[in-house]
Amino acid sequence: MSNTYQAGVKEYREKYWTPDYVPLDTDLLACFKVTGQPGVPNEEVAAAVAAESSTGTWSTVWSEYLTDLEYYKGRAYRIEDVPGDPEAFYVFIAYPIDLFEEGSVVNVLTSLVGNVFGFKALRHLRLEDIRFPIAYIKTCMGPPSGIQVERDKMNKYGRPLLGATIKPKLGLSAKNYGRAVYECLRGGLDFTKDDENVNCQPFMRWQNRFEFVAEAVLKSQEETGERKGHYLNVTAADPEQMYERAEFAKELGQPIIMHDFLTAGFTANTGLAKWCRKNGMLLHIHRAMHGVIDRHPKHGIHFRVLAKCLRLSGGDHLHTGTVVGKLEGDRNATLGFVDQLRESFIPEDRARGIFFDQDWGSMPGVFAVASGGIHVWHMPALLAIFGDDAVFQFGGGTQGHPWGNAAGAAANRVALEACVKARNEGRELEREAKEILTEAARHSPELAIAMETWKEIKFEFDTIDKLDVK
Amino acid sequence: MMTGTHELGDYQTTPTLETFSFLPKLTQQEVEAQINYIIAQGWTPSIEHEHPSRAFNHYWTMWKLPFFGETSLDRVLDELEACRRSYPDHHVRLLGYDTYTQSQGVCFVVYEGRG
Repeated sequence: MSNTYQAGVKEYREKYWTPDYVPLDTDLLACFKVTGQPGVPNEEVAAAVAAESSTGTWSTVWSEYLTDLEYYKGRAYRIEDVPGDPEAFYVFIAYPIDLFEEGSVVNVLTSLVGNVFGFKALRHLRLEDIRFPIAYIKTCMGPPSGIQVERDKMNKYGRPLLGATIKPKLGLSAKNYGRAVYECLRGGLDFTKDDENVNCQPFMRWQNRFEFVAEAVLKSQEETGERKGHYLNVTAADPEQMYERAEFAKELGQPIIMHDFLTAGFTANTGLAKWCRKNGMLLHIHRAMHGVIDRHPKHGIHFRVLAKCLRLSGGDHLHTGTVVGKLEGDRNATLGFVDQLRESFIPEDRARGIFFDQDWGSMPGVFAVASGGIHVWHMPALLAIFGDDAVFQFGGGTQGHPWGNAAGAAANRVALEACVKARNEGRELEREAKEILTEAARHSPELAIAMETWKEIKFEFDTIDKLDVK
Repeated sequence: MMTGTHELGDYQTTPTLETFSFLPKLTQQEVEAQINYIIAQGWTPSIEHEHPSRAFNHYWTMWKLPFFGETSLDRVLDELEACRRSYPDHHVRLLGYDTYTQSQGVCFVVYEGRG
């Protein structure tokens, strides 16, 4: 680059397309799926994305010459075809770590998915994956407790955890709501959950809900001898109210609270996660709004990126879909981002939608939460897909039991334990699903009735957002 | 449609002891299968016991030490039996320590104490 200032508009690729660049270990790497406007060369589009998401602007400016932009600029260093899509291509971009504030996924996202997504030279743009360098990860706190600490605190070992979202999701009084919680927990669930829509509405103010639920949790704990919790939703209109609710949950001796990280935002989430670490509270994370951002295969942000950002921002549980239930979710793609939540090193694996090696170092893992349209018949597949470090949440599949919540909870607990035992004995869960459940139901009338109730229910629709594979 | 009143069952709350406590008591063969699973995973078998009145505590009393490097099913079974004979009124649980996750890959009560 010449050191003389020439006003005007330059082609982005002169400065931001660097196919010979070898990324540094400290670079933050991103993969975008790009669909350009007709007639614009791919390299120019790639360079434009790199420029607009880092140091560039549409015109040359004199003040660029006061700094070393070679040090700060993002670089498009690779272009690849998207299998099965003649229009789109992948662009790989390397960003120097000093472009970003330490410990701030907010800052990273503001650059990477900021103005560039409205850029006219692009028809569509999707952020597929980010490789966070370990140097950056070490600046983030991450999950307040993580999988290992949560297991120890809750005394749950060698199996997935069981939960349920309390239904109907809106309209119950606090006392009746607490009743539904108590029935689920005494029947054998580990957790119940506020629906994400439940915050502090006229039919049930949060203080009343928290007090009745706390009694339900403590009483069921005394009667069963097992540790229990209810995700008290502290998502609120402003941070002050959020913290007020969190403090009250702690005062009531509750082990866990919950938050919606996308509608509330990453700033609120990171702050709450830090509060949880400081106060020894577990944090369950719901993902309302994710479908708006991640479902379109050509535009938006893939959920694996949102999941990685959540692990950095902080949460002990995150909803991931079920693969088998009523909500969208391709099996391999789901396994790909479930790994990102739980493992400490995940190698590149395009068959799972993983574009980069990702080293999480010592950052704690996050429980994957499978929730939405699942029932006892799904249990063997859920265990085979998710393994132990997951929470299976059966809402209708617990509270829709003909005898009520407690019997529904017991049915799920029996099914889960039968599946874990069978797996440990070396049996193939998905192939022997029917035998395993039928044997277990012989000792459990609750399970037998649950199996009869839900035997016909399936959710077989094609996945809209499929992985790009040959 | 609501279930008819005469068809409803009454679900009684029962005190339970976490994993596998909703299944019928495991047979000798079934316990052996779980021990074999612990050994096959490379985990360390360990035994703990406690009086039922104190079972809610995190810490139960360890029987000896965890059996580091133990790969014999029979020796683990012998230790379970010895623990039960020494503390017939106590719950006795078997666990498998996983050094990688610093957690327990298996943990269940093998013998329930009469208390």
